Amino acid sequence: MQDPVVIKPYLRLAGLEPLIVRPETNFINVGERTNVTGSKMFARLIRDNKYEEALSVARQQVENGAQVLDVNMDDALLEGVLAMTTFLNLVQSEPDIAKIPIMIDSSKFEIIEAGLKCVQGKCIVNSISMKEGEEKFIEQAIICQSYGASVIVMAFDEKGQADTKQRKVEICHRAYKILTEQVGFDPQDIIFDPNIFAIATGMEEHNNYGVDFIEATREIKQLMPLTKVSGGVSNLSFAFRGNDHVREAMNSVFLFYAIKAGMDMGIVNAGQLVVYDEIEPQLKELCEDVILNRNNDNNEATEKMIAFAETVKAKGKVIVKDESWRQTPVEERLKHSLVNGITDYIDADTEEARLKYPKPLDVIEGPLMDGMNVVGDLFGAGKMFLPQVVKSARVMKKSVAVLTPFIEQEKEERKQAHLAAGTENIEAAGAPKVLLATVKGDVHDIGKNIVGVVLGCNGYDIIDLGVMVPADKILDTADKENVDIIGLSGLITPSLDEMVHVAHEMKRRNMKQPLLIGGATTSRMHTAVKIAQQYDNGVMHILDASRSVTAVSTLLGKEKDALLKKTADEYEGLRKQFATKGKKTLIPYSEAVITKEYFDWKNYNPTKPATDGVKVLKSFDLATIAKFIDWGPFFIAWEMPGHYPQVLEDKIFGVEAKRLLNDAQKLVEKIISEKWFTADGVIGFWPATSNNADTITLTTEKGEVKLESLRQQLKKAVGQPSYSLSDFVCPKELGEDFMGSFAVTIHGARKHIDQYAADNDEYNKILVQILADRFVEAFAECLHEKVRKEYWGYEKNEILSNEELIREEYKGIRPAPGYPACPDHTEKIKLFELLNVTENIGIELTESLAMNPPASVCGWYIAHPQSHYFGLGKIDKDQLEDYAKRKGMSLDEMERWLRPVLE
Amino acid sequence: MKTIQDCLNERILIIDGAMGTMIQRYKLAEADYRGERFKDWHLDVKGNNDLLNLTQPQIITAIHKQYLDAGADIIETNTFSSTSIAMADYEMQSLAYELNVAAAKCARNAVIEFKESQKASPGGGGWTGPWVAGAIGPLNKTLSLSPDVNNPGYRAVTFDEVVEAYYEQVKGLSDGGVDILLIETIFDTLNAKAAIFAIKKYFRDTKKESLPIMISGTITDASGRTLSGQTLEAFYTSVMHAKPLSIGLNCALGAKEMRPHIEELSQIASCYVSAYPNAGLPNAMGEYDENPEDTAHFLEDWAKEGFVNIVGGCCGTTPDHIKHIADEVKNIKPRQLPVVEKELV
Repeated sequence: MQDPVVIKPYLRLAGLEPLIVRPETNFINVGERTNVTGSKMFARLIRDNKYEEALSVARQQVENGAQVLDVNMDDALLEGVLAMTTFLNLVQSEPDIAKIPIMIDSSKFEIIEAGLKCVQGKCIVNSISMKEGEEKFIEQAIICQSYGASVIVMAFDEKGQADTKQRKVEICHRAYKILTEQVGFDPQDIIFDPNIFAIATGMEEHNNYGVDFIEATREIKQLMPLTKVSGGVSNLSFAFRGNDHVREAMNSVFLFYAIKAGMDMGIVNAGQLVVYDEIEPQLKELCEDVILNRNNDNNEATEKMIAFAETVKAKGKVIVKDESWRQTPVEERLKHSLVNGITDYIDADTEEARLKYPKPLDVIEGPLMDGMNVVGDLFGAGKMFLPQVVKSARVMKKSVAVLTPFIEQEKEERKQAHLAAGTENIEAAGAPKVLLATVKGDVHDIGKNIVGVVLGCNGYDIIDLGVMVPADKILDTADKENVDIIGLSGLITPSLDEMVHVAHEMKRRNMKQPLLIGGATTSRMHTAVKIAQQYDNGVMHILDASRSVTAVSTLLGKEKDALLKKTADEYEGLRKQFATKGKKTLIPYSEAVITKEYFDWKNYNPTKPATDGVKVLKSFDLATIAKFIDWGPFFIAWEMPGHYPQVLEDKIFGVEAKRLLNDAQKLVEKIISEKWFTADGVIGFWPATSNNADTITLTTEKGEVKLESLRQQLKKAVGQPSYSLSDFVCPKELGEDFMGSFAVTIHGARKHIDQYAADNDEYNKILVQILADRFVEAFAECLHEKVRKEYWGYEKNEILSNEELIREEYKGIRPAPGYPACPDHTEKIKLFELLNVTENIGIELTESLAMNPPASVCGWYIAHPQSHYFGLGKIDKDQLEDYAKRKGMSLDEMERWLRPVLE
Repeated sequence: MKTIQDCLNERILIIDGAMGTMIQRYKLAEADYRGERFKDWHLDVKGNNDLLNLTQPQIITAIHKQYLDAGADIIETNTFSSTSIAMADYEMQSLAYELNVAAAKCARNAVIEFKESQKASPGGGGWTGPWVAGAIGPLNKTLSLSPDVNNPGYRAVTFDEVVEAYYEQVKGLSDGGVDILLIETIFDTLNAKAAIFAIKKYFRDTKKESLPIMISGTITDASGRTLSGQTLEAFYTSVMHAKPLSIGLNCALGAKEMRPHIEELSQIASCYVSAYPNAGLPNAMGEYDENPEDTAHFLEDWAKEGFVNIVGGCCGTTPDHIKHIADEVKNIKPRQLPVVEKELV
């Protein structure tokens, strides 16, 4: 029987999706623009019955990160009940808006109730209070409760709005007692609004209002810890209306202190808050003085603030948020949107350009390409970074999506005209075409996708065939689409052979296009020695996405032959270097076995694993896994230079790196709270012995299983052992040892990747992909720790920090088949059978023995404290023959799998 | 006498199977549906299964009795469509109240007969069950969706109208003497919220002791969402103010497809968890053909995993299914209620 589930007293809200406010949840932004009292524009739209446009205001709030949507229809000129009902019914038909909870905001309870009748999710009512006495308060609270809403209670009683700290706390506490004791509210469903009033108005009695709110918040949270505190922030700076610069600074300084005191949520325009750290020091100090009521005898601080505000005003509009680019011609606006990755206006601007230019295609070839060229140049010059480029690509795709139907329509019209006239229809060639594919047997495509985006940004037409693409399909498509360049990608070592095969086929089919090679296991050396020799019309290894642009553009220009010649010469040199290297350095396999690594087995007492046989762990807690994420490889995947965390402080890359990390962390939170991923794992442990050579024998329920390992053959200094994994398991004659294995995977990423792809959102698509990899690696790390401490239990008292884990300072190892210590992928088949991996957690093996889903990891567990990671290096034919015999495989087949480590 | 809560803590309770599937077996004709009372009704009424509470009560009671004999602890009244809104299809709005009272009586009579037959057997007494759950269906009109694609803001019915219809149904069920109210097959949460609102209002107005509420939603497809677009957790969050006895899922899916959702629910629900899936997915002929043994095996697995407190069947299940299910879960411990913390630690 499992332990009972524990349910925490969190505030839980829901739109189409849940929103759970946990103690570690950051400040919750309530979107305020769908409020007729706060937004003139929104009020006008509603008055004019322009509900479609009013909806887009709501959508924008969601896109800008509002987690709750405040809706207010209190306007003398509106019929509030009707407006609230109409608008909320429409919101319910828009899943991208309705996904977040609604805050129904009105001073008239009939409007609130009308709103509650339209929303299926769990809402917040904003607000009720005791201003008309307890009876009315209780009546309204019961109604809210009958609709299942949480409530905001204003600090307001029969005597009026509370302005001092003491009154605020008293009224809130009184309301709390009534709600929890008489009405039966759960405390976590109560949110207080202790009134934010304007300060620095010139009236001395207003000077302490900021402090009163902050201190009341602190006390309310102490007295009633499950309740929440909210407020309308912009009131605070009301005295400075018209001076956004000062207001934004005041609001954000205020929030900084209020959040520290326990404020949980607020109605704010997130787009109009400056970052606390970025407020100029003088202004920040002035803000702190007026908000905290410091140095303010005789209104001194207020006077200073007013004086400062005048100087800012005098300077004019330069300081306020720069929207001046909206005044420029449409070409400039498109460029601005592309370079800055802004999607807000792209549909309208594209439409405007379409009407301005003779043909829709002209818009693409004109202003859009011009803009993307700027992006390409800035990227080339290192002034833009990959994540920004990907955002630009998103803007480009959205714009093209607007134009596509018109282009199609034109094509159709031309075709019909030609048909009518009986003439032939030859369409002019468009942009150069680049075909990209991850080769057969391989499922890894993050790098390939990034290359696709970068090239797409530079104006190439990308045909992406996806993953596991057979050679025939690649080459048939290349012929059919008449592509200009073919790019192949792969991550696991067997993919290298597949690339050789594709090159070979290209020659046989007499193709002409240059072939580009990329991916984590590919190398210049391998390309030179193995692939380039198969095909004569140009093979180039591309180190990373940023180099793909120059390579492709050169290969499509006049310099093509020169570049190919230069590359061919370079590769010829590499081949010579390769031929003269090697050979000398290997020792005979028999000698390597004798120089194995010896441990003091007699004084070693192996720990019997606490877990018997195989254990499956389904839906492992994502929040736990996330704590183990190593962000280093995350930045490497994004091709950000420098190491984490130093890169965050980098002068050039720091800002973008922080933004990237921030985006990623937000997404991680979402992945956890909305359960985007499912983490499944399986582990198993068995008695094991080695044979003093390279075979490890496991004793399982179904009999003995022999694992074969490979041994280093590189000649080393005298006394240095030749490592093999089998050295880390106790030889049979010296006693019994144990060994384990694991496989972990992240399910669920595909759906979101596809969704983002469908939305033309390459940035988030790649982000999800990279995070899936990070999660599965973190899962492997997390599980390894649990194995050491619990499931095997050989290191029960271990305490290591995340950094120490990343530096692999734990005892024992978890080498993965196909990786440096044991590069033979075919051992994975045994691992899969031992753990019944496919059936237990749904990882499939491709014909190249790549794991699908791609975010999967498997490996062996070895416990001996002196066991360590190593790279096998090259092996010789004698070991290959012995190994093939031990594995019962033909020499040819064995050679195929081990080619990367063969001399 | 053990209450339903006492029993839920001790064992997994069994809720009955499909009513419609069983009625089909009687192959009733138009005249059978009409009975004496409606022989001159101006519309065809064949297919109005709820009408049988009035015209063929002995059949409805007999079906209930079969489920009780099969081992059901909770039987559902034949009132899935007994609201003024759903009855409008037959222009029988005015019968809504009466139908609910009659349906509750049919179920109650079956329980009395059953208890009578158990008297002789040892261990038959000592509990307040079997219990009659008044079934409150989802309506044929929905509050969150527009029936007109060109006018997404339009609604075919208002919240107040839905509350009024459910209020009348709750009154009928309560007057007829049901033990529990079961809001089921929820595909639009706002309809369910109107039902909850009506129930709360009814018991406030009448000052009667409130009946326990069971809530059962419907996940319509592989997206894991309700028809109105909510995720399971959002749905759960949106109805918890009912303070229900149990929350669960029924209909639309077979047990195989329902499993991950029930597992999720068992992790988040602070109350008891119920599940009554269909007998698989419909075959090419639109019939449910999952064997009783197969359905029972799925539910046995959930029980062993500690996912459930109440199990049974929906479309296509029969007394035979219920018997197999009851046998399989008989000796398995029910899901433990979660620890609901009252403060942050």
